[in-house]
Amino acid sequence: MPKPEILDPQGQAVANALPRLGFEGITSVRQGKHFELEVDDSVDDATLEKIAETFLANPVIEDWVVRRVEA
Amino acid sequence: MSVRVGVITFPGTLDDVDAARAARYAEAEAVPLWHGDPDLKGVDAVIVPGGFSYGDYLRCGAIARFAPVMDSVIEAAGKGMPVLGICNGFQILCEAGLLPGALIRNSGLHFVCKDQWLKVENNTTAWSSRYELGAEILVPLKSGEGGYQATQSTVDELEGEGRVVFRYVGDNPNGSRDGIAGVTSANGRVVGLMPHPEHAIDALTGPTDDGLGMFLSLMDEVVNA
Repeated sequence: MPKPEILDPQGQAVANALPRLGFEGITSVRQGKHFELEVDDSVDDATLEKIAETFLANPVIEDWVVRRVEA
Repeated sequence: MSVRVGVITFPGTLDDVDAARAARYAEAEAVPLWHGDPDLKGVDAVIVPGGFSYGDYLRCGAIARFAPVMDSVIEAAGKGMPVLGICNGFQILCEAGLLPGALIRNSGLHFVCKDQWLKVENNTTAWSSRYELGAEILVPLKSGEGGYQATQSTVDELEGEGRVVFRYVGDNPNGSRDGIAGVTSANGRVVGLMPHPEHAIDALTGPTDDGLGMFLSLMDEVVNA
């Protein structure tokens, strides 16, 4: 997700479109990315964190969180 | 002596031909460098040109920074080699950590393509010494993700240390923090900017020849080194 202090023009555009479509009461929209990785048991959480921090996200402008879900 | 300027081509690079032409206009020898080859071929400087490397997948520049040639560029920059990133090249240098900050979608969401006035705010870098401080130059700007963003502390540091090299004149075209169009590394050897000086080296093919000064600056830097 873009960090709170980073401008998110895409999220703003979505927020501005919602009232036009008749959806009221949404005060803010932030747009981010979601990746689904299928991994085997040899991949530990530390490796996933490293993938997120060094490649999938740009920590200069984005916050990230890794969530492991059993299939 | 002949000054050798490397110009990198990634899959999706568009402006390598014009960057090489700009180097030749400055009477340098333009040396093609390939993304998959870590060999810098003994060049004196490197230009990372514009385009859409790897289709801008993931984030602009995010995949290009891991190309074999970039390991060599990062190592050479660490030893003081002048490096210039233009547009997508600027995005790549930010992703590679050679320059601070990041580029995001234009605040107006539309791709911007126009001739843009810039103010020269630092004429002590390897790529801007030919300009007078405060000079205004007209070069093309063509990008969809040209909004320069960084944390407030980083922006304060850049402003405090005079590391903003170019700033947009007039209306901010893309929502960049403080109207920042280009920045430099702490040692003034690595410069990145969103506008395209390589498209403005000859009045026949560009709005002006204002951009040529960047490549002539490099010649001074290398010859006098």
